[in-house]
Amino acid sequence: MKKIINDPATVVVDALRGMALAHADLLEIHYDPAVVVRADAPVSRKVALISGGGSGHEPLHGGFVGRGMLDAACPGAVFTSPTPDQVAAAVTRTDGGAGALLVVKNYTGDVLNFETAAELAAADGVDVRTVVIDDDVAVKDSLFTAGRRGVGGTVLLEKIVGAAAERGVDLDGCEALARRVVAQVRSMGLALTACTVPHAGEPSFTLADDEMELGIGIHGEPGRQRVKVGTAEELVPALLDPILEDLPFGDGDRVLLFTNGMGGTPLIELYLAHGIAERLLAERGITVERRLVGPFITSMEMQGMSLTLLKLDDEMVELWDAPVHTPALRWGV
Amino acid sequence: MECTAESVAEAMRAVAAVVVEHRDELLRLDREIGDGDHGENMARGFTALVSKLDGHAPASPGGVLRLVATTLISTVGGAAGPLYGTAFLRAATSVGDVASMDGTVVAKALRAALEGVVARGKAEVGDKTMVDALTPAVAAAESVAASGGGVAEVLSAAADAAELGADSTVPLVARKGRASYLGERSAGHLDPGARSTSLLLRTFAGRAR
Repeated sequence: MKKIINDPATVVVDALRGMALAHADLLEIHYDPAVVVRADAPVSRKVALISGGGSGHEPLHGGFVGRGMLDAACPGAVFTSPTPDQVAAAVTRTDGGAGALLVVKNYTGDVLNFETAAELAAADGVDVRTVVIDDDVAVKDSLFTAGRRGVGGTVLLEKIVGAAAERGVDLDGCEALARRVVAQVRSMGLALTACTVPHAGEPSFTLADDEMELGIGIHGEPGRQRVKVGTAEELVPALLDPILEDLPFGDGDRVLLFTNGMGGTPLIELYLAHGIAERLLAERGITVERRLVGPFITSMEMQGMSLTLLKLDDEMVELWDAPVHTPALRWGV
Repeated sequence: MECTAESVAEAMRAVAAVVVEHRDELLRLDREIGDGDHGENMARGFTALVSKLDGHAPASPGGVLRLVATTLISTVGGAAGPLYGTAFLRAATSVGDVASMDGTVVAKALRAALEGVVARGKAEVGDKTMVDALTPAVAAAESVAASGGGVAEVLSAAADAAELGADSTVPLVARKGRASYLGERSAGHLDPGARSTSLLLRTFAGRAR
């Protein structure tokens, strides 16, 4: 294992210290428990939008804290969900009197810890709602698994609902909007290499040079299938087709296409893949109206990518275009 | 034998040592079918527990169990934090404020722990989780307690049953937790949560002798 770290046990805190210095204008970072909070929180009468999850997916979620997106993010240990104390502290630090909406990726640990936190916060009298995002079409047979995982769609949800909360939409409205995004967003990913979690010290799986994992999540776990690597012209449809076969997409739809890198794939390959995906969508009569390309929800240094498709309506387009000022996403300001 | 706050605290220190000793094994088991953090998370939680016990050891067995619960919930994260935390919290509530536990109290606490885990994680026997180890352990503990067994006998029976239960997870296809995403590929691996449950119970049994 070669990494720019000191001690695997202090990776997250050490990284947060650097992040605090790098983005002192946007963020306030607390360490016990660890919470990344927007510098001007709590914002009076604004719904607090809070998310979190294991670290190792940077810039998710701390990189999306700021005006027009998240009020707070709770970074857990690497690939480990945060604890209820962290989430409860995030609620306390950001509650502006309009309640809090917790955005939770559907992984067992995240759901359990956020659920426990919501009970704690409710006991303190804060109106806390939870939205679980489960956009990964790679997970079939959801009756026999923990359900679809929450992956790339999380980034889009945080931007869109964050813009709504910034405009003063109330908790009911933010919750309803978040559920609408969850209903209309789908993702699928692949990995060309595994990643190495610092505390484990060795790769989470091994692949031959000509193999890839298809249908991965974001935790360095193997996917649903191990298959041969093809050209980009073969890889992109392997991601796009399962997404399109899953409702709600059809001819005439307007979509946001998010081409995401898993951390170890350079932009040259992401742009190449994005171009193919746009062409394939156009051939199906689907209009790509907004796009996002880059590493925004990653798995350490894993080589690989994911595609996320969100079916847009006018309100979502407007909220997507609204100003955002965070370490990782910034426009309109 | 007496099962006082002091002996429960000592058993927890022993568990902490065992968890740290088996950290790499649990990591490896979890890397095979999960995301490879179970050993790290459990070691972090129980190491934090030892610091807390050093600072302030509660005066009743229930108090120690409650301290275990709150420490695990606030330091472990993942699925193991809330699941083990809930298990110890329910056990603490079941034990109440008795000064010393007998076999019956221990069996009841194990039953409460299992019910807590099932309520939180919604897993059943056969899902390839810690429930596969804990369920037979509780049944064995209750059976021994009903025939008048003491704490050592109850825990020893629970540990034996938990080991068999953990082994039974090897051929299973996971239906809960992150391993469930692997589908058929999860078969052929020992579930890390079932393994840690069995390790905890074996350590408790060893300390009760």
